Amino acid sequence: MIKSVSIAALPVTENLVIQKNRIENNALPGCKRVCIVTGTHGDELEGQYVCARLAKLLNNEKQKLSGIIDIYPAINPLGIDSVTRGFPMFDLDMNRIFPGSPTGSLAEAVAYDIVRDIEGADICIDIHSSNIFLREIPQIRVSEQTEAMLFPYALMLNVDLIWIHTAATVLESTLAHTLNMRGIKTLVVEMGVGMRITEGYCSQLIDGILNLLHELGMWSGQVQQTKTPIVSKDRGVGFLNSDAAGIFIPNVSHGDYIRAGDLVGKVFDPLTGNIVENAISPCDGVLFTLREYPVVFGGSLLARIMGDGNG
Amino acid sequence: MVKNIIYSIKSPYRQSLDIIGYTFGFGELSCCIVGALRGNEIQQMAICAQLVNTIKLLEEKGCIAENKSIMIIPCANYYSMNIGKRFWTMDNTDINRMFPGYELGETTQRIADGLFKAIKDYKFGVQMASFYQEGEFLPHVKVMNTASGKEEAYKFLSDFGLPYGLIRNPSPYDTTTLNYNWQIWGCQAFSLFATYTEHIGGQSTQAAVNAALRFLIAKGILKWSLHPGSHTRILNEDNIWRISTSCAGILKKYESVEAEVKEGDLLCEIIHPIEGNTIDRVVSPIDGTVFFSYNKQLVMEHTDIFNIIPF
Repeated sequence: MIKSVSIAALPVTENLVIQKNRIENNALPGCKRVCIVTGTHGDELEGQYVCARLAKLLNNEKQKLSGIIDIYPAINPLGIDSVTRGFPMFDLDMNRIFPGSPTGSLAEAVAYDIVRDIEGADICIDIHSSNIFLREIPQIRVSEQTEAMLFPYALMLNVDLIWIHTAATVLESTLAHTLNMRGIKTLVVEMGVGMRITEGYCSQLIDGILNLLHELGMWSGQVQQTKTPIVSKDRGVGFLNSDAAGIFIPNVSHGDYIRAGDLVGKVFDPLTGNIVENAISPCDGVLFTLREYPVVFGGSLLARIMGDGNG
Repeated sequence: MVKNIIYSIKSPYRQSLDIIGYTFGFGELSCCIVGALRGNEIQQMAICAQLVNTIKLLEEKGCIAENKSIMIIPCANYYSMNIGKRFWTMDNTDINRMFPGYELGETTQRIADGLFKAIKDYKFGVQMASFYQEGEFLPHVKVMNTASGKEEAYKFLSDFGLPYGLIRNPSPYDTTTLNYNWQIWGCQAFSLFATYTEHIGGQSTQAAVNAALRFLIAKGILKWSLHPGSHTRILNEDNIWRISTSCAGILKKYESVEAEVKEGDLLCEIIHPIEGNTIDRVVSPIDGTVFFSYNKQLVMEHTDIFNIIPF
C-alpha cells in the first residue's frame, strides 16, 4: 500500500510528497516492522534498485512475510529528480538536519515527518552509495557508540565489510543517529558509486535484507548463504589522498587485496603527460574504496584500504 | 602591510588557488578577519577589501597600536566565486563545514586546515558570514554559545556598535564551522552579518566595515576614533520570532527589513501563482522590528519569510 509520509506545497501547482510502500502480512499488534530508507542524497541511486526489487519480491511472495516492511525509496525526491545531491534550494546536507523540526524550513519539516513515521520500527536500513567520486564495496558503517547494539544485525546483511568508526558531533544530526538514539536499530549501508546502479551489489544487499528478515522471524522464503564480512575492529584503515592535481588512472581493481608499497594508481598532468604522482598503498589490506572520478585536486581521496590487522 | 599567501592548492586546469592574507602591525596576534569562504559571499569579500584599504592607510598614519597585529583574509574561495558557484568547484562541499580541517584529508578539508593553522592563534576572530537561507538581514553580530569564555564574548558584542548582538546555541552541524572551532581553540570569535550576500550594498557594506573598525578600536588594536554606532541589544536567537509560510505561491511583501510593525499588521500575501487570487495573508504576531526578510519571489510551504525581534 502506497502511503504519503510528508506533503508540502511547492510554489507552483505541485506538492512535494514523500511516499512509502507498506508491505504487510500477518501484521498483528506488536508485530515486527522493518524500514528500508534511501534517496537522502539525490545523486545516490543504488538504493533505488534495491527498493524496487525488494518491493516487487515481497509483494509477489507476501504470504512468506510476517510483519511490516516500509520502503521509503526517495526521502529527497526533488534531489533525485534534478540530479542534485542536496535538497534543492537548501544549503545544508539533508543528512545533517535530523531530527528536523515541524516549524523549520521545508527540508527540516520533511525530516521531522520522516522520523515520526519511522518511529516505533524495530530496525531501519539506511542505504547510501558514496558519491560520484568514489566507489565502495558493500559495507555497513557503525559508530563505536552503537556498535554493541548494531553489530549482530550488521553481520546478517551480507556485506563485505563492517566499518566501526569513531563518533563525531556533526554526525549527531544524521537520520541514523537520530533513530538509534530513539531505540530504532539503524544500519547505514554504503555501496557502489553515485549516479550509477551496480546490479551485483544490489542483489547482494537484497539477499542480506532477506536474511535479516529471516533471522527476525519475518521471512519464511528462501535465503542465500551470506558472506562473512571483514570487520574494521583492530585493523587500521589506510587513507590514500592525492597530493598532486591531474588525472588519476588506477593500477588495481576495486576490492583487490594489495600490499604496502603496491602502486594503486598514477596521477598524470593532462597538459604534459608527465606522471605527477605515483599513489602507493600505505598498508596491506583490501582496497574497499577506489576513486571513480578521474580528475583530482590536491587532497582528493584516491583509495581506502582496510588493513589486515598484521600491523 | 604585508601580503602573504597563507595557503595554496593546485588545480589540474587552473592557476593555483592562493589564499592571500594581509597583515598589519607587529607582535601579538590580536585580531583576524575572514571574508568569503563561499563563492557567492561577494559582499563579505568587499567588506574585507574596504577594511584592507582603510587599515592600510591607518597603518601608514601610525594608528596600529604597539605590539598588535591584524590579519585580513578577504577571500578564501575565489575558485568558486569566479565560476558563480557557492560551494567548492568540484565536489560542492562547503569549506565552512570542514573546520578545523585535516591536512591529509580531502581538498576542502586541506583548505580549511591550511587556513585554520594560519588564523587559530589570534586573540579575536571576526568572520564575515552569510546565512544558509536567502534573504536580507539587519546588520548584526553573532557569537556561538560554546562552553569557553562565553560571558566575556557576550559583553564584547556591544563593541561592534550594531543594533543587535545575537547568541546562538550551536546545532551539531555548527560544530564544523570556522566560528565554532575558533571558539573551541580559545579565540573570541564573532560572525558579522551584513544585509546582503551576493549584492554589495553601499550602506550595508559601510556599516559592516565600520562595525569591524569599531571593534578593533574598542579592543585597543587601532588607535583611532569613529562614531560609536548604535546601542547593541543582546539577545538569544531563540527569542526571535520566525514566521513561516503555511502555503506556497508568489510572495507579495508589504514590509521589509528594519520596519517596525505592530501585532496584526499585514506583512505579506501569498498569491496563487497561476490564478492570481490571494491564498494567504500573513500578519505580524507581535510588535517588533523586522530583522530578516526572505527575498525570493516564489515561496514553498514552511519557508521562513520574516524574522521579527520583539520590542
